[in-house]
Amino acid sequence: MGGLFSPQAWAMVWAYRATFLHGLGNTVQLAAVGLVLALALGMCFGLLSTSGKKPLTALARVYVEFVQNTPLLLQMCFLYYLLAFSGNSLGILPTGMIALGVYHGAYLSEVIRAGIQAIPRGQSEAAQAQGFGYLGRMYYVILPQSVKIILPPMVNQVVNLIKNTSCLYIVGGADLISVTYNFVTGVNTGGAYAPAYIVSGLLFFVVCFPLSTLASVWETALKKRDARTTAARVK
Amino acid sequence: MDTWKASLSILQNPAVVTYLLKGVAFTLVISVAAVALGLLLGSVLALARNYCTRGPARVCKWLAVGYIELFRNTPLLLWIFICLVFFPVPELLSRRMFGLSSVEVKLMFKAAVALILFTSSVIAEIVRGGLNAVPQGQFEAGHAQGFGTVQIMLYIVLPQAYRSIIPTLLSQVITTIKDSSYLANVAVIELMARVKQIMSAAGQYNGLGTTNVSDVFVLFGFACAVYFVINFALSCLVRAVQKHKLQAQPAAV
Repeated sequence: MGGLFSPQAWAMVWAYRATFLHGLGNTVQLAAVGLVLALALGMCFGLLSTSGKKPLTALARVYVEFVQNTPLLLQMCFLYYLLAFSGNSLGILPTGMIALGVYHGAYLSEVIRAGIQAIPRGQSEAAQAQGFGYLGRMYYVILPQSVKIILPPMVNQVVNLIKNTSCLYIVGGADLISVTYNFVTGVNTGGAYAPAYIVSGLLFFVVCFPLSTLASVWETALKKRDARTTAARVK
Repeated sequence: MDTWKASLSILQNPAVVTYLLKGVAFTLVISVAAVALGLLLGSVLALARNYCTRGPARVCKWLAVGYIELFRNTPLLLWIFICLVFFPVPELLSRRMFGLSSVEVKLMFKAAVALILFTSSVIAEIVRGGLNAVPQGQFEAGHAQGFGTVQIMLYIVLPQAYRSIIPTLLSQVITTIKDSSYLANVAVIELMARVKQIMSAAGQYNGLGTTNVSDVFVLFGFACAVYFVINFALSCLVRAVQKHKLQAQPAAV
């Protein structure tokens, strides 16, 4: 069973624990920088798609549709080979960060758009009547109310972002999955399949499970509160 | 500009185009099979997680919860690697078929199993959402009419749940088509893997002996276009279905 019950295999994984932790570090680093980039892009395009100006909305639409309808793996390969063959390779980690940021930016922009559109129009109009400019309206009135709608799906996107760091493998990446695979097929370390996969899966689970649980608990709580307020209003 | 002409000539080579289009067919077949079987497995998981809440049946619930959370919080690629090593292939499948060698068939089977297992955990949560949307009164009405629990599920609850999740399931097909590109990591013969294979030998196909930036644009651009056309058509369908649903039941509020 690939060394599931072999103490030597487990000992080998333990001996190489630094490798796994380094892989996890790379994955977290990729996810963190990717998230910052995705947030910036998501905020920009989310605001563009709610701007109400035709060309800007169209621009945001094209970005979202193009990115959401093609696989991340393909985008990653495209970017990596493009940089490599045009002679200005950035290295795997920065390329991965850009690819992840652009891909999840599209998802976050949809999340942010939905959050902004959930706020009744009257809020924006009332703020305008009070003399708020566009930025003031967004910053003081709309976004503070959207945040609670935006955050739970955003946490879900973070979980996906962490899982998607595994896309680096196709270009020979340095993330946790690639490190694990190199470990189980390595000349000196090969064979310890079961222990290595269990450890790698466990590391992912430990990072992702609290986040995805937080997202679903949060969402349920918000739905319940909304149902209560609607019921109260009906009464 | 010469390199562009040379790169475009790759896509004029009939052998290459047939090879890639067969890859598209494999991508579609694998994805649709993954969603169909995932729906089957996912429904069982969702029912177990939602309704096995009393007595010894609780074991089923905890197993379903464990399965769903385990697969939802670990990457697909990990499961592909795991299935590649540990999943047994039935004798029936270890032979040549669909113009593939027996090794490729085995590989495809194992990787497809990983995709099915992974997709089923996501679909389980989608089905559960549909089940939770069915009002409690439906169960009580069913009981009052003398239906047993199984009958209520089969005739009353599941049909309504499935109908309400059709758009989400269609979006899941899009996600699965995109996820199936992860199979390229283990050289399964779907679109992404084939494009990458042609890419690695682009120098031979374009007749220049070297690989250029234009090859990257042409080959990956072609793959992008194929994925985009398929997925965009599906997402338009999703929107149409959603719109239809909203118009069909405006009185629900």
